[in-house]
Order: sequence, then structure tokens, then C-alpha cells
Amino acid sequence: MNQGFTIFLDQASEIAPKIDLLYYFLTGITAFFTILIFGVLFVAAYRFRRRDNKIPAATNTSALLELIWSVIPLGICFVIFFWSAYLYIDIYKAPKDPLDIHVVGKQWMWKLQHPQGNREINELHVPTGRVVQLTISSQDVIHSFFVPAFRIKQDAVPGRYTRTSFTPTKPGVYHLFCNEYCGTWHSSMIGKVVVMEPDKYEAWLAGTMPGEAPAASGQKLFQSLGCITCHGVQGPSMAGLYMSRRKYQSNGLGAEHEVIADDDYLRESILRSTEKVIVGYRPIMPSFREQISEDQVQQLIAYIKSLQHPDQPIKPPGNVIEQSGR
Amino acid sequence: MSRQSSVGSEDVIRINVLIDCDYKTAHCRLIDDWRTMSTLNIIPTAVEPSENYLNIEHTVKSWLLTKDHKRIAVLYLISITFFFIIGGTMATLIRLELLTPQGDLMTPETYNKVFTMHGVFMIFFFLIPSIPATLGNFLVPLMIGARDLAFPRINLLSWYLYIIGGSLALGAAIWGGLDTGWTFYTPFSSAYSQTNVVVALLGIFVAGFSSILTGLNFLVTIHKMRAPGLTWFKLPLFIWSHYATSVIMLLGTPVVAITLSLVILERTLNLGIFNPEAGGDPVLFQHLFWFYSHPAVYIMILPGMGVVSEIIACFSRKAIFGYSMVAAASLAIAFLGFLVWGHHMFITSQSVFAGLIFSFLSFLVAIPSAVKVFNWTATLWKGSVSLETPMLYAFGFIGLFTIGGLTGLFLASMATDIHLTDTYFIVAHFHYVMVGGMVLAYLAGVHFWWPKITGRMYPEWLGKFAAFAVFIGFNLTFFPQFLLGYLGMPRRYHAYPVEFQVLNVLSTAGASVLAIGFALPLFYLLWSLKYGKIAGPNPYGATGLEWQTSSPPTIFNFDTPPDTSDQPYPYHKREVPLEH
Repeated sequence: MNQGFTIFLDQASEIAPKIDLLYYFLTGITAFFTILIFGVLFVAAYRFRRRDNKIPAATNTSALLELIWSVIPLGICFVIFFWSAYLYIDIYKAPKDPLDIHVVGKQWMWKLQHPQGNREINELHVPTGRVVQLTISSQDVIHSFFVPAFRIKQDAVPGRYTRTSFTPTKPGVYHLFCNEYCGTWHSSMIGKVVVMEPDKYEAWLAGTMPGEAPAASGQKLFQSLGCITCHGVQGPSMAGLYMSRRKYQSNGLGAEHEVIADDDYLRESILRSTEKVIVGYRPIMPSFREQISEDQVQQLIAYIKSLQHPDQPIKPPGNVIEQSGR
Repeated sequence: MSRQSSVGSEDVIRINVLIDCDYKTAHCRLIDDWRTMSTLNIIPTAVEPSENYLNIEHTVKSWLLTKDHKRIAVLYLISITFFFIIGGTMATLIRLELLTPQGDLMTPETYNKVFTMHGVFMIFFFLIPSIPATLGNFLVPLMIGARDLAFPRINLLSWYLYIIGGSLALGAAIWGGLDTGWTFYTPFSSAYSQTNVVVALLGIFVAGFSSILTGLNFLVTIHKMRAPGLTWFKLPLFIWSHYATSVIMLLGTPVVAITLSLVILERTLNLGIFNPEAGGDPVLFQHLFWFYSHPAVYIMILPGMGVVSEIIACFSRKAIFGYSMVAAASLAIAFLGFLVWGHHMFITSQSVFAGLIFSFLSFLVAIPSAVKVFNWTATLWKGSVSLETPMLYAFGFIGLFTIGGLTGLFLASMATDIHLTDTYFIVAHFHYVMVGGMVLAYLAGVHFWWPKITGRMYPEWLGKFAAFAVFIGFNLTFFPQFLLGYLGMPRRYHAYPVEFQVLNVLSTAGASVLAIGFALPLFYLLWSLKYGKIAGPNPYGATGLEWQTSSPPTIFNFDTPPDTSDQPYPYHKREVPLEH
């Protein structure tokens, strides 16, 4: 972190230099046209300043000129659009073998959990060179997880999961900000992201309370909340459910719709169990709304994710469009 | 006010005519009197008409119950200035708090209320009504040769709705405050905020109807009340831009009214619309809100473009280059404006596919905007350019709108938007468009038509000085915020990391210069009401129909039917005034 004045920002993720390149290109375009317009204004104001009462000739509109200065900006816009779209898809495409970090925002702190179960508050330790995927939710209002040095930002929206990913490249300590106004202590909902060499990260992991892996906690919850009573033997099995295509009816009635059993679907089915009932079952499951915390929902989902049917491997997490939410 | 004594007898005749007549027949009776009155129109410059819309009656009642569009415009002028001062005071407090990294001037609760009030008052009670309700109200009938708007009573109703809405919002701000930000994002606004959200929303809801009715009034007026011979392509670009603005006001505002009432319902009756705990969807609010509030940005900029078109033509003594393209660009911006709301939501769990489409459409808005800027600039070429105060502001508008528009490309482009959205980059971008664009255009317009509205000239040197102060102060305030945003400083932060301080100090320093620039016109324009040079009907030798009548105009605007034979901006047929 720089003390004092700077106009440059650390590039600490794989995407950061690529986004900066587009940023500098846009800055160049902006500077060029700003100077052009100001320049022409000044030149015209001087060269054609009013010296006498000679009446200027009538304006001759040139359709050709108008066409030129419509088409050139359009061309530039196309370049920016495709360049930007390429990077955007790159950020949101499903990463391979990511380090899965669960993030929960609440007024006014960030709660994070590593796949091994280690928990952190307002601090995130990540290794360099490995893609990190954040699954983000919020316990109350909308927050936004923003690490300027990584050039990534994703809203934490209550009632659904959002995802983003990044690959840290440069060890260091970077700002973590809440970037969506969330109430009184919004500007205190800050923290830091510590990027470490992989071996140092392993050492750090080993040195902290390992805690329990989310899937293991989820398994315990599955027992203690009584899910297993129905979903164990006679009820709908959870094995192979995750990311499979299912048909459902609202409240077990009416038209059938298709859904991919992703995190958002599982979350909804736990918290509002009768909304989307799989065809063939009755809406008898109790709703767990206001009974379990956002963390516990994530643990249950982690457990369900881990239950793969031996014959039915988990499908890759959908295409890009489904991946980023609705 | 000085009066012209020689026409006293005709005065008496006309006053009798007006007092005797009811509204509908007054016009006919006046036509009968044209021949006798016509002496009044051949007034040499620098003489005020003895009787005009301002001095015909002086009672408070005559103002509060007026149906004259010009008086209603003045009522709006006073009321939006009041809200601008409140919003500006809040801005001052924000800049003072941000002078130091620690949150030491106010508590976070207070700071959150202050920036919310700044946004609410500036957006809903200053920027949206600014040009349409004041200059638009005053000039739309004059520019098309009509004696008033189509619905004068509804016009007065609009002002009352605005005042009721403004009072409610002000009441909410004073009692209980409001800390949701002007965007009212759910579920914070609908379920979590402890402040007076419902009353504030009611205020904005009511003021929204003022906007809808003004839009309706303008549309009907422009369609039905143009003077004989004034065909669509003879209309000034000011009218075209107000036409486009009115379409947005009429079609967009109901959506935000519905959205805000849904928030009120959720807050009061616990209906599950936006709050996920009650089964709602918080992002739905953003879709509905931006469906209006993005087009609303064009409500806030299109009228400014109209003002600038008039001024550029007048002070370069040339018709606007590519009149029909500039007119069409206004309509194109209004249309495209309804299709781009999703670019506010690239990181709000919107799908990548939707993001791509909204991004693409957003880039398309750049084209009509660019055409306008290039066409204004081309108008100057081979003109006879005179840099008087309105022209200085118009130049400022073009330059700052260019920067505001180009930085919009950073935000339409998804990859850079992820990094920049909701940081100070956004704050800088929309202030370049809203303040650098709209407020400068508003000041340009107020100076340009000040002689028409009041009959007096503003003091030129002070005007120029203030214009430079605004331009320099503005850039010093907001340019550093682009850098702060890129460096990652989030908006709506009460305290910030220490490395952002230098740029924040620059910004606050700039704000003090900007404040001087904004305060000066307030004083010298009031001063000019009594001491300003008497303007005469057409101090700039401008071509619009509004300059064919006296300054200030009489209550029915035109004593003789205005001459509509010319194409728009026939400056090549006019003398060039060496000084006004």
C-alpha cells in the first residue's frame, strides 16, 4: 500500500494488467478527443473572433462530414466493446480446479471460509498462482466485495449466490472494501487481502485453527436438522442432485418447469421449501427460513455438492451464463 | 422600474382590455387592439415595455394563483434555487468531512444522511426540473409563438405538486433524516434503514407527478400550439430537445413512481416484493429503478443540449451545423436511453449475456452524443464568434460534457466497469455530465435569457469571472475524483485510507472555488434586477421567436403574430451586433 500520493495502483492479479491495458487505451481515447474538442473550440474562438460586423456566410451542412464523425466513433466503440467483452467473459468463465472460498457479508463485516474450514473475518489469505473462486452471499443488505488491486468486484446479494474469481500474482497486503452502500458503518466494512507464496500459504493454513471443512459441518447439520430422516432412505435422494437438470412444480401443483439444481436452487429449496418441488413429490418439507444461518446454508450445500452418485459425475458448473447467477 | 411615459395612454387601453376579458377571449380582443398597440413594438432598444408579465400585478395572490407560464417559470426558478442551495450546503459538508481520512467532522449516521440529502435534493428537486421547468416553461410557448402552454392550470398544479413533494422530502430530512442514498437500494431502504424513508419517498412520488404533467403539457403544446407557418423543421433545437425530454418524463416517471410506492408498501405492510426474507427480489428494485433513472439522466442533459444549441448559434452568428441531425440525435438519445438500464448492474448478479447486450446498447448512445458535440464545434467554423458569458458557459458545457461522455465509455465497457463502478470514478463521471453539463447549460441559459425574463442585462464582467471560477473550480473538484476512483476509493465512504488524502484535499480546495463561482450569479443577478442595464427586446440580435417580443414579454407574449417565415437560425440575414 502506498502512503501519500500516487496515481498508480498495484496489479496483483492475472486480470489486472489486462484490464489496465484497456483502461489506458480508454484514457488515450478520452485524452485525444478532449484535446481535439478543446483545441478546435480555442482555435475557432480565436481565428473567427468577432472583429467587425461582417455577416458570416450561411452554414453549409455536410452530410459527408456528419457521416465521418458518426462512423469513426462507432468503430472505436466496437473495438472497445469486443475487447471489453473478451475480458468480461474471461473473468466470469467457470474456473478449473479453483480454491473455493465462501464469503458472507453482513452489516458490517466480511466472514470468509476456506475449503479446509479455516475461518477469517475481514481478512483473506490466498496463495499466488492459483485461481480463487468466491461464492458470495449476504445475510442482510446488499454489499459488494471489492479488491482494487485485483480489479475485481462482486455484489453480495441477499437471497442468492454470486460468484467471481481471480488469480493472485503478487504477494502483498491489499485493501478489501465494501463497495455497495450498506448502512451506518459502510466505510468501516473494510479489510485486507494477504497474498502469499504457496508454501507460506500452506504454513499459514497449518498454523491457524483448521476448523471443520464446510462439507463436514454440512453433514452434521444434515443429521441434526433431521434432513436425513426423509432424504436418507425413502425421500428424494441428494446423491447426484447437484447441477443436474430437474423438473419442478410450484407448491407441487400446476405447470412443470425445468431447473438446474445449482447453489441458488438448493438454497431456495432449503429456505422456502415449497417454492420449487421436484415433480413426483408432495410439498411436505418444512421451511428452514429464519432457523439456520447463511453459513449453515452454505455448509449444507457444500455437503450436498459432495454427494455424487458414483455413476453420475458432477457436471461442470454450466456455461458462462448460468454460472454467474440468474 | 423605469417606464416609458409616452405610451401611457395606450397602456390604459390595454390594461382595461386585459382586466375586462376572461382568459379565453382575451386573445381575440387583443388582436383587435394590435393596430393601436403596435407602436409598443417598435420600441427602440434599451427601453422596457411599460407593462409586462412581471409588473401587471404585484399581489402575492397574483403570483400564487397565476396561470401565466412565465410567472410559473419564475416560481420554479426561485424554488429550484432554494433546493440547489440546500443541496450545495450538503455538498460543502461532504467535502469538508473528506478533507481528512478520519471521519471526524460528523458521525457516520450524519454523513450518510448528508450525502443522501445532497443526492435527493440535487437530482429530484434541482436537476430534473432545472431547465425544463424554468427555461422550458418560460420559453416553449414563446419559441413557438403561443400565448401560453396548452394547459395553464395543470402547469400551476405541477408547481404545487413540486412544492408539496419538496416539502415532504425536506420534512423527512429534518425529522428523522434519510440515509438510504438517493438510489434507495433494497432491502436496505425497505427493511433495514431506521430513517424516515416513507415520507421522503412520498415526496419524490408526488414530485414525480409534477414532472409527468410538465412533460405532458410540453408535448401537447409543441404539437398543437405552434404559430401558423412554424413547421416541425423550423423549430429551434431547444424545442426538439424539450420534446425528447418530455417523452422521457411522460413514459419513464410512472415507472419510478410505481417502484417507489412498492418500497413504501414493503416498508409499511411488509409485503414481500424486494426483501428476500419475505420472498422478494432485491435486484428487481434495481431493474425498475434504473429503467427510469437512466433515462432520467437524459432528462437532465437533453434540455441542456437544447440551451447550448441556441447559444452557440447566436454567438457565432450561424445556423447550427446539421440542424436535422442534432434534432434527430435528441430523439435517438431519448429512445436508446430506455434500453441501457442494465449497465448499472454489471456486478449485481446480472447474467453475462444480459451484461453484453446492455453494454453494446450503451455504446450506441455515444454516437448521437458525439454527433452533437462535433456539430456544435463545426458551427463555430467561419462564424463571428463572441465570447460573452452565456457562450463561455456553453464552451464549458461542450468541453466538460465531452469528458463526462468519454469517461462513460469506461463504464459502458464491462471489464473496466467492474473495477470502476461505485467508486469515485462514477462520482466524477456523473458530476461531469450533471454539473459540468447540465448545471453549466442551466447557467448559460439563465444568463442568455435573463434579459428576456427580467428585462435587464446581467453584469458582463462579473458574469465572465463567475464562469471562469465555475469552470476552474469544477475541474479542480472533480478531476481528482477520477484518479481516486481508479485507485479504488469507494463512494459513500465517511472515512478512507490515508493514501487517498492528497487527492481529496485537492477536490475540497476545488469545491471552495466552485462555491464562489455558484454564489456570485446569485448576488449579481439579484442586483441586476434593479441596477442592470435595460435590455430591450433583442439585446443579442438573436433569431428565435422569443426575441420578437418585448423584454419582459407582455402577459400574452406577442402583441403581433410572430414572423415564422424563416428557416431556423437565419443568422446570415441578421446584422452582427458589435456590442449588446
